[in-house]
Amino acid sequence: MDVADEATARQGGTASPATSAPTRGAGSAHALPAPPRSRARRRTDGGLRKGLEIAFFVTPALAIFSVFVVWPVIRAIHFSLYSWKGYGPMVDFVGLKNYVTVLGNDVFQGALVNNLTIMVVSIAVQLPLGLAVALLLNRKLKGRNILRTIVFVPYVLAEVVTGVIWRQMLQAQYGLIDTIAAAIGFPTPQQGFLGDTSYAMGALMVVLTWKYLGLAVVLFLAGLTSVPEELFEAAQIDGASWWQVQRKVTIPLLGPTVRMWAFLSIIGSIQVFDMVWILTKGGPANATQTMATFLYSFGVDRNLYGIASAASVILFVISLVLALTYQRIFMRRDADGGLATGRKAKKVGAR
Amino acid sequence: MSALTLDRRRTSMRSSSKKRRSGNGFGGGNVLIYLIAAVVAACSLGPVLYGVISGFRTNKDLASNPSGMPNPWTFQNYLDIITGKTGTFWNSGLNSLMVALITTTIVVVAGIMAAYPLARYRFRFREQLYTVFVLGLLFPVAVAVVPLFIMISKDMHMGNTWWGLALPQAAFALPTTIVILRPFLSALPQEIEEAALIDGASRIGFFWRILLPLSGPGMVTVGVLAFVGSWNAYLLPLLLLNDPSRKTLPLGVADFSTEHSADMVGIFAYTSLAMIPALIFFLSLQNKIVNGLQGAVKG
Repeated sequence: MDVADEATARQGGTASPATSAPTRGAGSAHALPAPPRSRARRRTDGGLRKGLEIAFFVTPALAIFSVFVVWPVIRAIHFSLYSWKGYGPMVDFVGLKNYVTVLGNDVFQGALVNNLTIMVVSIAVQLPLGLAVALLLNRKLKGRNILRTIVFVPYVLAEVVTGVIWRQMLQAQYGLIDTIAAAIGFPTPQQGFLGDTSYAMGALMVVLTWKYLGLAVVLFLAGLTSVPEELFEAAQIDGASWWQVQRKVTIPLLGPTVRMWAFLSIIGSIQVFDMVWILTKGGPANATQTMATFLYSFGVDRNLYGIASAASVILFVISLVLALTYQRIFMRRDADGGLATGRKAKKVGAR
Repeated sequence: MSALTLDRRRTSMRSSSKKRRSGNGFGGGNVLIYLIAAVVAACSLGPVLYGVISGFRTNKDLASNPSGMPNPWTFQNYLDIITGKTGTFWNSGLNSLMVALITTTIVVVAGIMAAYPLARYRFRFREQLYTVFVLGLLFPVAVAVVPLFIMISKDMHMGNTWWGLALPQAAFALPTTIVILRPFLSALPQEIEEAALIDGASRIGFFWRILLPLSGPGMVTVGVLAFVGSWNAYLLPLLLLNDPSRKTLPLGVADFSTEHSADMVGIFAYTSLAMIPALIFFLSLQNKIVNGLQGAVKG
């Protein structure tokens, strides 16, 4: 344990950030609860001074976090109970009427369906595709690192930048995509793929897949490095083929990484705004509306702050419920990550 | 990449063998593999390259043959934007840079300060406090847009200012930062701290003189994540900045693309120029970004 700790520290000191990202699934889980236990032996020093020190260190972060995250969220809940247009005193208390309005709204219901579609399609498409590319890149391949960089580029560029390029490419008739489709005899919709209600969601999904596949690949690759080499060797010696090794050894061991990536993907799908706003603004005829674009175009843009706030609270509740359910079902066994960390550490600390 | 090599180094140290440095022991590439790799690369990079190359065309050329190469090549579109003849590239870029720098500074300073007691002090409510920050991971910016807009633009009169945008951005980046930094600080060996305390250093002295220098890599990682997040941000700037002279690059790109919608090649040129800083930043700090994302995931 001591040796391992020292090794970690040395690496930390020599310009490697790798220690911040423990790649071994179980390792980081033990790293978290360990310090309090080892420190329990030391005597606790004088109360007041320690309290002041803690306050000194924590206050800036806590203040910023409270003022700009916690307080706005509380106020959003408050706003959502009023009919308010953003000026004058907030006096028109309407109770849950805004929630009824939002939940009963066709466009919002459509937006929710779109969010769920994006969520399901993202996982269904990016998981196999991401795995395939990651396994490919994990082989001995000339230019492997360059390829990894290339695959990651779309993820790093701004949604706006990539969105604008795709919007240009998807323009009706004069855009690159339409020209190519026409050349190979594929019938293109009159208004272009983004302008046609039956194609717009599909086009959006293609762009989203392009944008976010890199994240899946990079995370999976990182997970692959934590699979011990010895396992591959053993399997090889036993005469397993490359494919057998991937299927029976690599992919099962990648479980925690995949589950964590899927969690990020779900949360991202529920909140998606930037790309949709740039590509379609939720159109045509609300075909690509998401909850976030709904609350912007129906609430903020029209100064209906009560409605916008109700929509934002609903969005938050949905993402919270999804996140907690997902963690319950899929991530209980994974030692680390997200909310599980806090709960776990608490349990150990209480011991 | 350093994560990869490091991990391998560790593995090979353990088994005292140097021959397996990459791949998982299976020989790579037949032609098919390279073909797939080429397709993957083309799909990823294609749209980006198309944007850059189209910036070198004329509108007439682009309209007549959208899928061809520039004929003739022209630098005019890029020059117009660089010299400020069209658009407000430099101004937006400056705004983006300042907002990102302020955001990053707040995040790193407040983040490491908060992570220190959370990682290395024992006190009541420590885990509760940590859970508050962790829960922040689940608050999307979208939830807070209306109150933030009212608060910053109307109550604080900080709409259209660098700080007015940087403060909420930093607040929303803090949870990730603390989740990454806490295990990082916990991993520093207890012996160092004990030695420092025996030598008469105070806890604050230990933080300042020993912990801070040692946590440089961790701070760089969270700093890079905060910087890239701020540089690419769209929703909050859209909400808080409406003075054209205060807009950041993403807003500049979006505005330019709607205001000059007929000037397709101009849009491509502007967009391509807006990519360059992010690309340079990414290429030089790629490892930090990847490690940071892993850290955020593995917490």
